[in-house]
Amino acid sequence: MGNDAKKTELMPGTLEMLILKTIERNAGPMHGYGIARYIKQISNDVLQVEEGSLYPALQRLAIKGWVKAEWGQSENNRRARLYKLTPAGRKRLKQEVADFERVLEAILRVVQPT
Amino acid sequence: MKMMDKLSQLWRRLLFYARRNRFDRELEEEMRFHLEMKAEENLAAGVSPEEARYAAQRQFGNQTLLREVSREMWGIRLIDALFQDLRFGMRMLLKNKSFTAVAILSLALGIGANTAIFQLLDAVRLRSLPVKDPQELAEVRLADMKGARGGVHRSSSVTNPIWEQIRERQQAFSGIFAWGTDRINLATGGEARPARMLYVSGDIFHTLGVNAALGRVFTTADDQRGCGAPGLVISHEFWQREFGGEANVIGRKITLADRQFEIIGVTPASFFGMEVGRSFDLALPICAAALVYRGGWLNSGTYWWLTVTGRLKPGWSLEQATAQLQSFSPGLFEKTLPANYPTVSVKDYLGSRLIAAPAGSGVSQLREKYEQSLWLLLAIAGLVLLIACANLANLLLARASARECEIAVRQALGASRVRLVRQLLVESLLLAAFGSALGAWLAQALSRFLVAFLNTSAAPTLSTSTAPIFLDLTPNWRMLGFAASLAALTCLLFGLAPAIRATRMDPGAAMKAGGRGMTAGRERFSLRRALVVTQVALSLVLVAGALLFSRSLGKLLTAPTGFRQEGILIADVGFRRPYLPLDRYPAIQDALLARVRAIPGVESVAFTHIMPLRGGGSLHVWMDGADARQRQRTSLSRVGPDYFKTMEIPLLAGREFDARDRADAPRVAIVNEAFARKFLHGADPVGQRFWMEGMDPIPETRYEIVGLARDTKFEDLREEFRPIAYTAPAQLVGASPGGPVVIRSRLPQAEMVAAVKRVLNEIDPSITVSFQVFKPMIEATILRERLMAMLSGFFGMLALLLACVGLYGILSYGVASRTNEIGIRMALGAQRRDVFWLILREALLLVTAGVAVGLPIIFAGARLASTLLFGLTPTDPVSLLLAALLMLAVAMVSCWIPARRATKVDPITALRFE
Repeated sequence: MGNDAKKTELMPGTLEMLILKTIERNAGPMHGYGIARYIKQISNDVLQVEEGSLYPALQRLAIKGWVKAEWGQSENNRRARLYKLTPAGRKRLKQEVADFERVLEAILRVVQPT
Repeated sequence: MKMMDKLSQLWRRLLFYARRNRFDRELEEEMRFHLEMKAEENLAAGVSPEEARYAAQRQFGNQTLLREVSREMWGIRLIDALFQDLRFGMRMLLKNKSFTAVAILSLALGIGANTAIFQLLDAVRLRSLPVKDPQELAEVRLADMKGARGGVHRSSSVTNPIWEQIRERQQAFSGIFAWGTDRINLATGGEARPARMLYVSGDIFHTLGVNAALGRVFTTADDQRGCGAPGLVISHEFWQREFGGEANVIGRKITLADRQFEIIGVTPASFFGMEVGRSFDLALPICAAALVYRGGWLNSGTYWWLTVTGRLKPGWSLEQATAQLQSFSPGLFEKTLPANYPTVSVKDYLGSRLIAAPAGSGVSQLREKYEQSLWLLLAIAGLVLLIACANLANLLLARASARECEIAVRQALGASRVRLVRQLLVESLLLAAFGSALGAWLAQALSRFLVAFLNTSAAPTLSTSTAPIFLDLTPNWRMLGFAASLAALTCLLFGLAPAIRATRMDPGAAMKAGGRGMTAGRERFSLRRALVVTQVALSLVLVAGALLFSRSLGKLLTAPTGFRQEGILIADVGFRRPYLPLDRYPAIQDALLARVRAIPGVESVAFTHIMPLRGGGSLHVWMDGADARQRQRTSLSRVGPDYFKTMEIPLLAGREFDARDRADAPRVAIVNEAFARKFLHGADPVGQRFWMEGMDPIPETRYEIVGLARDTKFEDLREEFRPIAYTAPAQLVGASPGGPVVIRSRLPQAEMVAAVKRVLNEIDPSITVSFQVFKPMIEATILRERLMAMLSGFFGMLALLLACVGLYGILSYGVASRTNEIGIRMALGAQRRDVFWLILREALLLVTAGVAVGLPIIFAGARLASTLLFGLTPTDPVSLLLAALLMLAVAMVSCWIPARRATKVDPITALRFE
């Protein structure tokens, strides 16, 4: 699919956390393209989210009630679907980040040379 | 909180279904936006516009897959699958319109018939009275009625003195009441206007928790002995019918028995009294019986007309109540023993005991008469439904074998077996659902029709009378639930086996056979044959049943009754005002008879006390000089002069009553042959004397026999001839005037009625009269047999038709699948005749197998119907033989077309079609 040879695979479940964090970082609601672009930029092109995973992930988040989608204006005045965090989403994000950090710390402890 | 989350999630998913189209559009727009943004990015990186677009699309990936994945994520898998199955099922059904129509229709008929009969059973048997807490109600009655002499209304009735004692002494009931019914005449002259009267004790409405819809209802204060002018409570139905539901009905007056009664209240529409199947028009307190009737209904110890019911105190069981009742029974019966009670029954009377029995579903003559028939009809209708289901199963099996190829392809493409079976089942479910809905609607019409039929046939009076049968037939949850469960059951019955069968196939083999349905033919064929054999067996049972009931009815109708049935009109004459002294009436009645006799065309007229075939009382008699303690019962009838001539009952010896037999003359009687056989051992009775026991107020009397009549039926066409002693009403002291007048004439009915009305009006306009024609009256007494014969006949024909269709189906299929074989046979020299016989033999084999299976079923179920049959045993050989012959005839008819088709097979084309 993408034309980048170096395509790092995301750990399962982290995509949703990244999306939530992205939306939280930016004050206002974002559209799907904007979310993918942000993740790509901030991670220095390491994490490139494909559309085939992005939109299903967004749908999942919407079903679970952690984001809410609304139609609005994009930055170049086009009609776009914008996603924003719900209070439940914020809570969930905090919990997921905490879990992730705990797991990451544990992995690092195993992997790091003593 | 987990639960809340799941619920809101479910809610969001459901909303998705509602906004499905919008979801698709929005998703598409969102992706278009993304695509454009990406294209712009590429453009900004210096790529040409078209290349930008293509690159963007390539990077985007598979849009369709994305759309589907998104949609699937939102949907609820089960609902999606279900909707898909439903849509597909509807399409398949619509494709094959004739099959669908036939299937739905046969299901509707089967389910409709079952539901209608269930509705009737529910109304008559299963439902409780529409009062407060009916399960707490209990009836107080005698353990057995051995000691009850006199006029007995119901087998559970007591006399008023007994009721008053019960009321005083009982301790088990928090509220207790008594009730009795009667028919009265509202007209003041001319044609009678009958109304149903309900006599109740004061506590009834309070105990039952029934409040007045308008005005007020009775309290204990209203029902005191010697009440002068009690108010009248009318029923909701009467209020609507007679007063159009006007609100100012309270205070209006109704005239009864020459008195004015003021209406004080109206009962609610749901209250119809205590008897299921009947309603009432007017209600009066029991004390008012003394005003309406001359006789001592209230003091008589031989008039058993009240039914006693009460609400048990909390914590009291039926057994405890019975124990308490039995504790004071001896004292009660000793106190209430009437003076001059027939000596032979005194001991039984004193030995009577009271018991408490459940009363939550009320009493019901309708139930007693029809309950068994209704259960039997339900079983019959159930069998018809089974036959229809077998038919449908066969049809579906045939269709499934035609769809082999399609199912094989789908299995090869990855459909799981469960999913396929589920989809086929959904088709059957759709059929069952539609059939059941239509059936429920039909059931309403059918049950109302049945009740209407019973009403018009049961009350063949010429004057307009209120419908005797009153049942609440509005659809309720029980009935709908019954129809729905029948739908589910039938769906499983006829849908499951074909569905499983259809998916059992090895896909490869099915596709190789090219969808001709020839593979595994033998195995599938045997299931279908088994189904047809079952159909034939069940049809045999139903046809035999129909024949049994029809022949039973025929025997009843042709059984000798002993009297003439045609051309007899009965005019029930009632005297109202002015109330003359009783001894003046015989002269008036004689004059009346003479005037009616004088009408041209009238052949004979006679007075009688009770209408013929309505029964009467019975008393003990013994021959003069014989031992009085050896007395035995005989039935009693009181008839005027010329009665035997009018009813064409042959007098074998002696004479009829005539002018000699006055109140001051020696008492005379006429007896029938059965009496002579029982009491005189066949000797000539004329001139002999016998004594009749006293029944208050008449003392022991000696009678001289002046005539011998041929045996007649007394109360019921089904009974044996019993001994009857006829006495003259003119010699009966204190008899109320009026009663039935039997008229035999050659005139047409309408003219006769008009002439009699004119004559009576000329004598005295205040004389009331109602007319009945004798023959329809007799037919009304065998209404139950007529109903059973009619319905079982209808179901039998239906079963026969279904069996015919089923046989035809399988024979046609057999011919189609054996085309090759037939071609070979013909090529090898078989004649058309031989081929015909081949098919015919198949049909005969199936029917014989069916008969062999059906006969044991008949023998097993024979006992169920024995009480409903007259003159036949349930295993009557003639009926069974006829039924078997009918099935064979059906076999012939159903195999005709397939057999002819078989003979028309052209061997060459058949062999070519390998």
